[in-house]
This record gives sequence, C-alpha cells and structure tokens, in this order.
Amino acid sequence: MIELQNVSRTFTVGDQQVTALRDINMKLGAGEYLSIMGPSGSGKSTMLNLLGLLDRPSTGAYLLDGGNVTDLSDAQQAKVRSEKIGFVFQSFHLVPRLTAAQNIELPMMLAGIPVEVRKQRVAELIASYGLRERADHRPDQLSGGQRQRVAIARATVMKPSVLLADEPTGNLDRTTGWEVLKLLEQLIESGITLVIVTHDAEIGARAKRQIQMLDGAILYDEQRTS
Amino acid sequence: MTSNARHKFLAMKLTDTLQFASGSLRGSPTRTLLMMLAMSIGVAAVVILTALGEGARRYVVNQFSSLGTNLVIVLPGRTETAGIGPGMMTGQTPRDITLDDVQALMQSPSIKRVAPLTVGSATLSLDALNRDVVVAGSTSALLEVRHMTLGLGRFLPAGDIQESASVCVLGNGITRELFGTKQAVGQWVRLGDRRFRVIGVLASQGESMGLRTDDLVIVPVASSLQLFNTSGMFRVLLEAKNRDVIEQVKTEAEAIMVSRHSGERDVTVITQDAVLATFDRILSALTMAVGGIAAISLAVAGVLIMNVMLIAVAQRVKEIGLLKALGSPPEQIRALFFAEAALLSSVGSLAGLVLGYAGAFVIGQIYPSLPVTPPWWAVLAACGTALSTGILFSVWPARRAARLDPVAALAGR
Repeated sequence: MIELQNVSRTFTVGDQQVTALRDINMKLGAGEYLSIMGPSGSGKSTMLNLLGLLDRPSTGAYLLDGGNVTDLSDAQQAKVRSEKIGFVFQSFHLVPRLTAAQNIELPMMLAGIPVEVRKQRVAELIASYGLRERADHRPDQLSGGQRQRVAIARATVMKPSVLLADEPTGNLDRTTGWEVLKLLEQLIESGITLVIVTHDAEIGARAKRQIQMLDGAILYDEQRTS
Repeated sequence: MTSNARHKFLAMKLTDTLQFASGSLRGSPTRTLLMMLAMSIGVAAVVILTALGEGARRYVVNQFSSLGTNLVIVLPGRTETAGIGPGMMTGQTPRDITLDDVQALMQSPSIKRVAPLTVGSATLSLDALNRDVVVAGSTSALLEVRHMTLGLGRFLPAGDIQESASVCVLGNGITRELFGTKQAVGQWVRLGDRRFRVIGVLASQGESMGLRTDDLVIVPVASSLQLFNTSGMFRVLLEAKNRDVIEQVKTEAEAIMVSRHSGERDVTVITQDAVLATFDRILSALTMAVGGIAAISLAVAGVLIMNVMLIAVAQRVKEIGLLKALGSPPEQIRALFFAEAALLSSVGSLAGLVLGYAGAFVIGQIYPSLPVTPPWWAVLAACGTALSTGILFSVWPARRAARLDPVAALAGR
C-alpha cells in the first residue's frame, strides 16, 4: 500500500547540492512494522518526511493506497495527511495552551468533524490510554510518558492507516520508552502500518522489518523471520 | 484512493476557528492587550473627535434656530459673489429700504410676520447714570420673529409702523444696571435727545449669535429713524408661513423690492436656511476631516497588529508546523490568523467605542452647552476601519504562516 519508486531528494545548501535520498525503491504492506535505522545524516528523517507528505521527492513517485500522491497540491496532501497519516514526534509537539483532551481532539477539530463525534472518540482514547485523570491537564503538568501517550492518542484519533514515529522514545527514560513502544506496537494489531525512525539498534531490532540506511541509500532491508 | 465521506474537508467549524484563535490570543495576554489598546485608542479618538465636531455643528445650528424659524432676511445693497453689480455700473449707491417698502412687503400672502430692524448706538441715561447702548428699532412682530421672551410689562405696541411712539423695551442686563432692584416699567429714560417711557423688560437670554439682548434697548422703528436721522433699514426680517414657502417668500420679496425700486435689484435676500446650510457644510467637512485624522491612528494600530502578528508567526512556527502535519491545509492556517486579527480588532473596537462614548460623556459634562454625540456614520466608519485594517494588515503574516515549510517549521526553523 506504500510504494516509493526511484525516489531521490536533493537539497540546495548554499551553492552546494546535498543528496539526502538517492534512488530509493521500497514497498510496504498494510499492517507492517518497519524500523528505519541509521546514523544521523543518513536520510532516515527525510525518508519519514516524504512518507508523511511533509516533503516532496525531487524525482521519483510516491504511491499511497494505489494512488500517486507525489504531485498533489498542498491542500490535497493536507487532506491525505489528515485522513491517512498519523505522526508521533520525539519532542511530542503538544500545543501548550490546550489540555490533553483538546490536544487529542485537535486533528478532528481541524477536519471539521461534529463535536459529538469528537467528544466520544476522545473519551474512548483517553480511557484506553489511561489518561482519565489527566484529561484536563495541560502538557506542562504531564510527565514525559503521559505527554507521549497524549501524542499517540492524537496521532490515532483520525484512525489513520499509517503511523510515522520519529524517535518516539528519544526524550523518555528507558522504562517509559519501552511502555510507549509497546503502546505503538499494539496498534499494529488494529491493522495500522507502523514506521519507526530510530538510531537505537535495540529499539529498531523489535520491528519485523528493518531498514538500515547510509548516505541516503538503503544499506539493507531485511525481514525478521522469528 | 478512497475518499473519506465522513466529512467534507476544509469545513473547520467557525466556532472552532474562533475558539482556537481566541485561545492563542489568550496564550499571550500582554501582547493581545497591547494590540487591543492600540486599536481601542484609535476607535476612541475617532469617536471623541467626531463627537466634538458634530457637537460644534449642532451648537451652531441651534444658535441659528434660536434666531427664529423660517426666516428670510432682506438687506440693502446687492451682494454678488461674481460679476459686477448694477450700482457699480451707474455709480449709484444702493437705495435705502424705507418704511414704505416694509409696508409693501407686509402685503405678500406667504409672509406671516415682518419685522424691520434698525441698529444704532446711543447714550441711555437715567438721572445721573449714563450708559452707551445698542438701540434696535422694530415693531411688535420682532418678539415672535426673533423668539425673544418678555420678562416684565409688554412689548412694543402693534399698530401703524409710521407712528413714532416714545416707548422702549429694555434688555435685562441694562435694566439691572440702571434700576437695580427698583421698578423699571413705567419710568422715563433719556435716549439721545429724546425721552422714552419703559414699557417692558426682556427676560434674560444670554448671548445669541453675538448679539447680547441683555444690553439691548428696543424702540419703535419710526422713533429710531428719527433718533438716528436716517430712513433706511438695517435689515428686514420676514417670517414665512411655513417651511415650504421660504423660497416663494424670497422670490416675492425680491419682486416687490425690484418693482418698488424702479426695476433695479438693489437688495439682497438671503434665507436662514441657506446660511445654515453653508455652516452645516463647513462644519460637517471639518468633522469628517478631524475624523479622518483620527482614523490615521487606526492605520497605525493596523501596522502594529501586523508587526506583532509577524512576531507571533515566528514564535509559533512549531505550532504551525504541527497543524500542517495534522492535516491543516494552507487556507485553514490563513483563516486561523485572520480570525485572530478579526477577534482582536472587534474586541478592540468595542473597547474603543466604550472609551469613546465615555470620553464624549465626560466632555459633555464639562461643556454642557456643547451637544457632544458621536455621529452614527463616524461610529460605523471607525469600527469598519478598525476591522478592515486589522484583517488587511494580517494578510501578510497569515500568508507567511500558511507558506511555511512543515519540516522546517516542526524543527522550529
């Protein structure tokens, strides 16, 4: 359902051309669990941004659910992001003035979904992520783990088909990190495609499919059999 | 690609938009308050200044109305704004308006009252007390025509205007100075070389268009002509039967005077309305000019809003990146910033209106004779300008926000 065809991405830095991704070919099926690993500057974040339609490839095509989304307008790509893609960031990116519940509700509000539908869906998520006592707290009153749980709830509130997580445990201690990771992995059971970008080999190793990147190219792409 | 039929896209609800926008405004209260302050000072300035201008206009209109209603004034001599008058060609001085002319004017059917008016200066004396006064010569009609009020006694007697009775009516101030607490009515006073009996005293009226009726002595018109040894009127005041016949009275008066002065147009007939309209135009223009100057402060407030909005975009770059990642299209981000600007300007204008009306009220308390009320058009214009500058000056910041690259924005760059 996700397919990258000969995708390259070059940036112009000053008067130099920097190639962040070169000629990437990749297919990813629904419900897959993929980790993208590599040292910094290897292109893993660029890859994630391309998959999330936050960035456009310089050349090549991106097919999502069989449709070519490469050349869609900004507004059309925004619609695809709203409906199909969820993001989890290393630094949570919660809106500081909104409560946990309001942060979770935000994507639905932006999409213009009726209030009753929103409230019900948010209530479900708050319950299933164990945030009931924290629903009316602002992000600065939440612990790191709670913040990331709010962020995951927000990323899944629109029931996306793909969840893109960029170093989701990067700002968390080890124990909390594992909890968050387990939470993400549980989502796969509901049919979501999970892509985790990390430089932590231990975390990356948990994924069924692992891609190792170096200098903008895929070094290896292997499927864990066990 | 399957389309999601659950909702129509881009249909973020208006209430949500406003709520989100007001949330972000409340997120930085100092900045928001300062911007509203600038906006409200601008609106208040427009309201107060136009209220003052409008007050001045109404004050002048009231003063004019107090002179009398439906007035048409005949003056000797021809005043032309352009061209050369007939008197200049023939070398003649204009003919006087005589008492016979006044009597002829009285025949016109559209004229309700005719009050001739002569003005001169003489010394009024009672025993050893002397005082220089303005003497007006007129008829019994003057009381109604000029809306004067009698305090004591009676006014000039009605009857033949050619009769030079030796009676006079004194202004309130002059009476107090001359007689103190003593009874004035019935006493004899000397005016120039003639003795007059006081038959009435005017009520205190204060100043009306520069002429203090308090210091006035009114005598029958024929007496005043003898007193000052002239035959011409200073003015003839005509009161039209009603508002609709004012123009008719003007034409008739002109026609009568032309026919009596052997075909020569040597008088000027002006209507009170025309004079009033001129003052009205001048003062309205003044009010608008003052309002316009005040509106400049609104434009300044607009620039301030733009500046602060640009800072807000820079400070909230991560939030904008997040909104984009969550599927907010560029139009929606623009709309959110517009909503902020609209909220700011409308709350600012409301505060400005309250401030402006309060200011106008205070000025009204300090100068009770000035009817300070902001005109409705100025209030609308002030709010309109505030709203449109607010939104106009947010176009650039909103566009900048909408155009941010989501990847860079999320990274806070």
